[in-house]
Amino acid sequence: MPAQHDPTRRRLLHGMALGGAAVALQPLWALASPGQPTVLAGTDVDLCIARTPVNITGKTVDAFTVNGSLPGPILRWREGDTVRIRVRNALAETSSIHWHGLLLPANMDGVPGMSFDGIAPGGDYLYQFKLKQSGTYWYHSHSSLQEQAGLLGPIIIDPIAPDPWACAHDYVVLLSDWTDLDPARLFARMKKRSDYDNTYKRTLGDFVRDARARGLRATLADRKAWGAMRMSPSDLADVNGHTYTYLANGHTAAQNWTGIFAPGERVRLRFINGAAMTFFDVRIPGLKLTVVAADGQPIQPVEIDEFRIAPAETYDVIVQPMDAVAYTVFAQAMDRSGYTRITLAPQIGMQAAIPMPDKRPLLTMDDMGHGGHAMDKAGEMTCGAAMGMPAMEGMAGMTHGSAMQTHPASETRNPDVDMQTMAPVPKLDDPGIGLRNNGRSVLRYADLRSLHAPADGREPSRTIELHLTGNMERFTWGFDGIRFGDAAPIRLKYGERMRLVLINDTMMEHPIHLHGLWSDLEDAHGQFLVRKHTVSIPPGSKRSIRVTADALGRWAFHCHMLLHMEGGMMREMRVEE
Amino acid sequence: MRNVIALPLLLCIGTAFAQEHTHHTMPAQAQAQDAHAALRQPAETETQSSAQPASLSASGYRPPTLTDADRAAAFPLLHSHHDHADPLLWMLQANRFEWTQADALAWSGNAWIGHDRGRLWLRSEGERTHGKTSARLEALWGKPVNAWWDVVAGVRHDSGHGPARDWLAVGVQGLAPYKFEVQATAYLGSGGRSLLHAEAEYEMLLTNKLMLQPRIEASFHGRDDRTRGIGAGLSETSAGLRLRYEIRREFAPYIGYAWAQKHGRTASLAEAAGGTANESGWVAGLRFWF
Repeated sequence: MPAQHDPTRRRLLHGMALGGAAVALQPLWALASPGQPTVLAGTDVDLCIARTPVNITGKTVDAFTVNGSLPGPILRWREGDTVRIRVRNALAETSSIHWHGLLLPANMDGVPGMSFDGIAPGGDYLYQFKLKQSGTYWYHSHSSLQEQAGLLGPIIIDPIAPDPWACAHDYVVLLSDWTDLDPARLFARMKKRSDYDNTYKRTLGDFVRDARARGLRATLADRKAWGAMRMSPSDLADVNGHTYTYLANGHTAAQNWTGIFAPGERVRLRFINGAAMTFFDVRIPGLKLTVVAADGQPIQPVEIDEFRIAPAETYDVIVQPMDAVAYTVFAQAMDRSGYTRITLAPQIGMQAAIPMPDKRPLLTMDDMGHGGHAMDKAGEMTCGAAMGMPAMEGMAGMTHGSAMQTHPASETRNPDVDMQTMAPVPKLDDPGIGLRNNGRSVLRYADLRSLHAPADGREPSRTIELHLTGNMERFTWGFDGIRFGDAAPIRLKYGERMRLVLINDTMMEHPIHLHGLWSDLEDAHGQFLVRKHTVSIPPGSKRSIRVTADALGRWAFHCHMLLHMEGGMMREMRVEE
Repeated sequence: MRNVIALPLLLCIGTAFAQEHTHHTMPAQAQAQDAHAALRQPAETETQSSAQPASLSASGYRPPTLTDADRAAAFPLLHSHHDHADPLLWMLQANRFEWTQADALAWSGNAWIGHDRGRLWLRSEGERTHGKTSARLEALWGKPVNAWWDVVAGVRHDSGHGPARDWLAVGVQGLAPYKFEVQATAYLGSGGRSLLHAEAEYEMLLTNKLMLQPRIEASFHGRDDRTRGIGAGLSETSAGLRLRYEIRREFAPYIGYAWAQKHGRTASLAEAAGGTANESGWVAGLRFWF
């Protein structure tokens, strides 16, 4: 079967790799959206998962593709329709496709070992479900690390009612991170040398510079704090631009995927972060961005200059370029180690200047939730580091102000827990590390307000607190210090309304995704803010979501940093009668 | 195949054209205002789920009534568990693999194989000089006990320089505060022999590729082992300073200087045998892992 796909596949990938040049030869593509992956509309879809050679970095390696394209085809559906998707697996290993953010019966959710047995090599699976929602979503493999190898694609569901945000142009911008490395080798490398990519550690020269600028005492205190924690403030991304080539719609920055507009036209950009391990900060110099949807759900539009998008999140953004010039849609990795871009232009071949990546930020003790108390002149910790150790659990009992966070006993003396946050706060009005006071108006979670309140307005009847835990050095991850393989499912009663409080006890940010049920993010006062499928939890933060258990079944709940999920930061959320 | 792709594409283009047409009838300015008016519509009140009657008050929320089909779909019979990746991994690393000024080839390295919760460690250190090899080889089971420390236990075999010796070993290895890599092991041998060995090293970043690594190590013996030239008490300390350049993380040539000092009876035994109690000299080598 896969052999039949070959000719089309080769042609397609070849075309995409050539980027603009190939596009210019194909007016059909240029009219639709140049180089945009294939669009499959209609209720009956055939997808085939296979290995396909790709050349993204100059070296030809196999990617895992859907219908021979990377990313996979755009699936464009209509709310209310029932879709049937036959997925064939031409790989030599079990595979799966998960429909990220869609509400559907549990056996259609595509998580091997929870929803179904996966799709065996050479086998197929018929997914069939009714589309209960509209908006921008995506799909990806939920089998081991296949998503990192390219197995992902966009989903657009048009609303039944006329779309209030229908625009002259409607483009998907699917961001991803690509590596020629076999993802399993990347995972193994993290276990051997978790700081492999962190080539931004502070050096002797930095010490001298800091001592001159801030004084020797403050610099020593700062180094002492980080040294005591055995951590590095430059550790912003486990895997960064040294390993990854960042892509937009499968194109590198150099290949420059281009979307066409005529001056004055409104353009809808459906941003999807399909990256395995990368947060992107996105802006379009010269244009205001109006964000109209988050995670597929309509929000009260908010006008900004820049937004951070966590892995698995989606944002629908409307822009209206008035001039006949090109604009760069610039997406830099959170740690500034690389970027990708696309161009919006009146015609193919035009391009605008690409901004320099911003200055690389460093984590502070404040970022990690240790800065709530005594801070020295340098703005960094004095008490935090010593108390941030799991072994010091007795500290929780100290009278140290009301904000002192308690921690589950399972985190104590646990090899998989290398720190605990002391005074986490929701940080909903914080643009995030590297985006504060940058002179641009940056989207914050506090700016997101769902257009519609959830149908379930009940006060949650119980609270479940989960701590995001990990050990950077050992590269092990979990919740409450317990990895997925050792954890019992979290059981919910069908119909219950539950509050889930997520506390980040690590120094990394984690986008937490709940399958099958909405995550209704609350503000700092417990009021409903926005409905999402993926809620990002920065270090040192504590955020709460409400969940209505309105779908029976076994649902995956996990960090969407792929290697963190694989490393154990996952749970089964089981909704039973 | 091509037609399958082309057809929906054409449909999409058609739609796009239709939309463009509609929008072009409006001046851009008006369109923008229109958009902003829409922006300000109030957020409250709309119930979203079309499955729910709008009249339901907040407190009266009821989830959809379940059918047997829902139940069957929710809990299908499965034959597998979701994979959790704790794969069997291995690593081999030569921390020191060097030529010394005394014309010896010296090495120190380790290898492990295992999972997150337990690994088999092989450690080896030794020297080959003028055709003679002295070495120690350890096989240890290592288990993490907290975030930073592993406990190890196993056996050790020493060869060269007199009769071979075998030991039982128990120790710790890990990362101390301020990022000192530390290893401390206690050994118990036949004939009541005992030995304590500890070492610590640190990495100072001159740049992110050029690193200076100081290290110290010390051995204490419980009793004399004259045939091997060892006296009881603090027997030997050594120190080194190595400057390496990480061409890749996995591959770093270095140069350095190393000192070794024998103490007490061990020193006397060495001198009596015509040797010296202390040695020092330049080293050049490779640090690598995979």
